[in-house]
Amino acid sequence: MNDSTEVGHNAAGPEAVNPEAAAAVPPGSGPAAAATAPILALDAVSVSFGAVRALRSVSLALAPGSVHALAGENGAGKSTLVKVLAGVLRPDGGRVLVDGEPTVFHGPADARGAGIAVIYQEPTVFPHLSIAENIYMGRQPRASLRGLGLGRIDRTKVRRWTADLFARLGVALDPDQPARGLSIADQQMVEIAKALSFDARVLIMDEPTAALTPAEVDRLFAVARALKAQGAAILFISHRLDEIFDLCDTVTTLRDGGWIATEPVAGLGADDLVRRMVGRDLDSLYPKQDAQIGEVALDVRRLTREGVFTDVSFQVRRGEIVALAGLVGAGRTEVARAVFGIDRWDAGSVQVDGRTLRPGSPSAAMSAGLALVPEDRRAQGLVMMHSIERNSTLTGVRGLTRGGLVSRAAERSRAADWAARLELKYGRLSDAVATLSGGNQQKVVLGKWLSTAPKVLIVDEPTRGIDVGTKAQVHRLLSQLAADGVAVLMISSDLPEVLGMADRILVMHEGRLAAELPREGTTEEAVLAAATGARAASEPAAGRGPAGVAR
Amino acid sequence: MSSTSATPRTSPTLAASEGTAPAPAADTAPRRLVAFIGRARQAAILVVLVLLLLATELDNHRFLSSQGIKDLLLDAAILMLVAVGQAVVVITRNVDLSVGSVLGISAFAAADLLAGGANPVWAVAAAILLGAGFGLVNGLLVSFGQVPALVVTLGMLYVVRGLDSIWVGPREITSQSLPAGYTDFGHGGLGPIPYLALIAVAATVAVGYYLARYRSGREFYAIGSNAQAARLAGIGLRKRVVAAYIFAGALAGLAGALYVARFAYVDATTGGGYELTVISAVVVGGVAMTGGVGSVYGAALGALLLTSINSVLPALNVSSVWEEAIDGFLLLVAIAVDRIVAGRVTSALRERSPHHG
Repeated sequence: MNDSTEVGHNAAGPEAVNPEAAAAVPPGSGPAAAATAPILALDAVSVSFGAVRALRSVSLALAPGSVHALAGENGAGKSTLVKVLAGVLRPDGGRVLVDGEPTVFHGPADARGAGIAVIYQEPTVFPHLSIAENIYMGRQPRASLRGLGLGRIDRTKVRRWTADLFARLGVALDPDQPARGLSIADQQMVEIAKALSFDARVLIMDEPTAALTPAEVDRLFAVARALKAQGAAILFISHRLDEIFDLCDTVTTLRDGGWIATEPVAGLGADDLVRRMVGRDLDSLYPKQDAQIGEVALDVRRLTREGVFTDVSFQVRRGEIVALAGLVGAGRTEVARAVFGIDRWDAGSVQVDGRTLRPGSPSAAMSAGLALVPEDRRAQGLVMMHSIERNSTLTGVRGLTRGGLVSRAAERSRAADWAARLELKYGRLSDAVATLSGGNQQKVVLGKWLSTAPKVLIVDEPTRGIDVGTKAQVHRLLSQLAADGVAVLMISSDLPEVLGMADRILVMHEGRLAAELPREGTTEEAVLAAATGARAASEPAAGRGPAGVAR
Repeated sequence: MSSTSATPRTSPTLAASEGTAPAPAADTAPRRLVAFIGRARQAAILVVLVLLLLATELDNHRFLSSQGIKDLLLDAAILMLVAVGQAVVVITRNVDLSVGSVLGISAFAAADLLAGGANPVWAVAAAILLGAGFGLVNGLLVSFGQVPALVVTLGMLYVVRGLDSIWVGPREITSQSLPAGYTDFGHGGLGPIPYLALIAVAATVAVGYYLARYRSGREFYAIGSNAQAARLAGIGLRKRVVAAYIFAGALAGLAGALYVARFAYVDATTGGGYELTVISAVVVGGVAMTGGVGSVYGAALGALLLTSINSVLPALNVSSVWEEAIDGFLLLVAIAVDRIVAGRVTSALRERSPHHG
């Protein structure tokens, strides 16, 4: 109901295109090149949010029968570009061309009318409606007028078409089931099915694979290739570079809202692509420093929460990074929540610096020097509509008060300090956190907790959905913290990250600690074997329960 | 550099290694669970209703006489109509607090026209149009003015009540000045079933069918379920929200005209406080204030249940001061049940979801 906030920056409007830009027609628009003339193109498009210029004169052409990748770090402007193509945002400058004709999308419906289907990064489902309705909302097939249907929805057809889509995607979902309660991956499959149901000429996929299993990614790619063979133009965004090399023909790289390069994927190396994205060579993604390992900072003993995790014991020492690996659902996040006092536990104890924590009290955990950076930063880590400064100082409000009131000046200077240390990309500190990119939001969450000067830092999937550049920054930060004597417990599903960053690796399987592995000599296969419950013969430490855990 | 480039290719993230079997048949249990709960709510209201009426009949044998049933249905019909309109608004995750005032002023408008000798059809149409007009203003303010529905319609409640007081003043219109045919219609019926109840049921079924089986009808649910997703799906949110309010206003206007037929009495206080009874009926009937859930059938059943309780109390010689307390209690029970059931259903669905960890 508030489209106005989305188009509010649209002072100039797309009509205000200068004549030079209009003359710069994208390549291949002449009659000779008709076969490859782009279906959808952007010509020198710019978008600003307040002081942040999210896109600066970016051009892009999507040709039929081709998969075009969009690469760039978080905050490079990829999602903004998608919103322009989807008709959600109107550019401040530049033009959108459909079949070479300048077109103004007044809303998502216009873009859809032009044959553009979009799979958004964050699934947008109707939780109370059935999966089939989610897919066909607003476009449900109607009974024929002759059959006295009088334009009502043909439910049988809705259901059958949905089932057909799922069969194409190889997904086992009941079309009549409501969408609420679906996992993110299933919601993503619903979004993909929705996009397919358009028979679109242009399919835009904004990180569709982030939550999918390899088998589902394979099926999605098979469908994408089939669409490509039918002459659709596809725009594909992913942080997994191997997917770009696997699926795409052309890649356009954005950096800081500007266009860097458009080139064929063939002959391009991953190193080249990363260099274009980051703008510099990465020294290393995993800059693990050697830290002085000190005394025990976090001591978890026989922690049990019935039906969730059982008999979990481990220690984290000062200066140490301990990874907690395991399959999703193994109970890692639940252990972290219990240690931090969000959930109660049924048995066991948690000590920080030798002091036993009161169970179920996050404020006790915080005052003992514990900090938790949660997995879902949007839901648990940030107040999205509040300003950056307000968010980054939420945890440290006590140190900022003058006579019981929060001092705005102190709040601002502390936030500015952290923003500089974390290399945060932002317009003004008073901007809402929701305006930041995912990687920068994660930095705000980190800053918020680091400003409490924790003795023990628990990070849950610190780099999920974050681009390589920010990832390396986060890793460097964690490593620096450990070197400064902080005990770090890092929950991660990213095996190279686990192996690259951790001093020790704890592996959970079905609510129990299944193994403890050293940094040296451990392979991804060994971690996977422990996580899936298969006892790896070559790993003597792999055992169930506390017996396998070093004291 | 090599470690960087190698990373994506060789990162079998643990989360992803939970293999999925290739497309097994879909599990239909979750759907059946949800469908069962949807029906269970309406079934529960019916059971409570029947038990209530039977218990009262055992205590007071005249209660379920043909006249008793008729009175019950007559009272319920008006509440039902307003509740159906309210349900449409609530399904879009909005609310209309002005329906009581709109009913009052429409009732007076219809009665005034009838007393002046106007054609009853024109009087009813005028009441509906007047209600729809107030609904239009509500809808425009809510959807274009970006003002929360609670505030807009609370303001409209007082504005309309004020206009009503200025217009009506100390006047009252009673059966003497109303055409006998109109009030006869208000009490007449097919056997024990009054015409008013037939109108209410017809309106409920028509609206229920429209909401369930038409594209535009489903969009009301989509908007209430997730407005952002609705916008991305290209649904015209403003148009639908305005339509919902016009609809609620028109039904409140119709209810006002029928109120005149039923009670043959209107003054400046008619319909005062009615909005709260209406919202109770809607919520008790299973339409969630958080939008996207429930049906007008549920709202109609909720209206029937609340009316029955209010009729039963005098029959059981319970003081009518208990009426409001019991309505309020029922409302709280309904909301509590909704919360618990919604939580249980969501977690039950989660457990069945193949990916969830």
